[in-house]
Amino acid sequence: MSDKSAGTLAGDTPASSTIAMPKRPAGTLYRGNEGMWSWVMHRITGVAIYFFLLVHILDTALVRVSPEAYNAVINQYKTPLMGLGEIALVAAIGLHALNGLRIILIDFWSVGTKHQKLMFYIVLGLWAVLMIGFVPRQLMHIFGGGE
Amino acid sequence: MTTIDAPRTPAPVRRPRRGVNWEKWGWIYMRASGVVLVVLIFGHLFVNLVAGEGVKAIDFAFVAGKWADPFWIVWDTLLLWLALIHGGNGMRTLINDYATNKLVRTVLLSAVAASTAVLIILGTLVIFTFDPCPAASPADLLPSFCPVR
Ligand code: HEM
Repeated sequence: MSDKSAGTLAGDTPASSTIAMPKRPAGTLYRGNEGMWSWVMHRITGVAIYFFLLVHILDTALVRVSPEAYNAVINQYKTPLMGLGEIALVAAIGLHALNGLRIILIDFWSVGTKHQKLMFYIVLGLWAVLMIGFVPRQLMHIFGGGE
Repeated sequence: MTTIDAPRTPAPVRRPRRGVNWEKWGWIYMRASGVVLVVLIFGHLFVNLVAGEGVKAIDFAFVAGKWADPFWIVWDTLLLWLALIHGGNGMRTLINDYATNKLVRTVLLSAVAASTAVLIILGTLVIFTFDPCPAASPADLLPSFCPVR
């Protein structure tokens, strides 16, 4: 079986002329490793954000019903449980957005495919910075008394 | 039964496709809207979750205060349209990938198309018919610029 399947990355031809038959197809953009997992999480986060967006447009539409109705529902977003939910939401959107920019660079930047692995770790790094900035702030808002 | 051509059979001559290549424009849209959404979404999250008291500051008067400014009307309208169409088109991709049963696929695709259309219309109407000072509402729930306050 040829291992030159679609998506094989440039520059990973083995140096020796005989290679052991790989147990599983490897070294492609989409099978295993960073490429596949970034794709898996891009899909999962995309769907999760989509369903949140549906609910979020409906709850915001309550401003057109009455101030009482809107405030009653939006107060649910301020409970500790939903406060943690907002951390999950920001985590999902942050990962999807940063990895989305990585996908765009893979597609349009001339050496994008070559650096896709490195860009994945840059995505994870920026995502960690984002969460380190957001989580303490959110915990203060949710559990820090106030109001 | 499926049959396959003998090896090295010349590829059939393809007639040039006519009309708009929607799949290509969808692909471009996912990327173009994605770049704009990064700005719109992180701005939205910062103003509503991080700045000031964060989520605890959000209530009817907070929304009314934002929509008193055309800047946030334009911002939120763009966010609504770009995100819903991006998400809806992304869901279309997933349904085409995983829903192999024709009936199930048609039902799911229709559901995504319908909810996208309904929510875009609903959301746009909410933004543009919004009344910050509805009559007969408790004054303390209304923004400070309402006459009853
Ligand atoms: C924050 C900015 C965002 C960026 C930069 C971004 C970027 C992208 C990109 C580049 C794709 C890949 C499209 C393709 O492979 O053809 C994509 C897919 C997708 N996005 Fe986003 N997106 C963003 C926000 C959102 C939002 C708000 C939603 C939900 C409403 C969403 C839902 C999806 C879904 C469901 C997919 C399909 C996943 C797939 O085909 O594997 N995205 N996004």
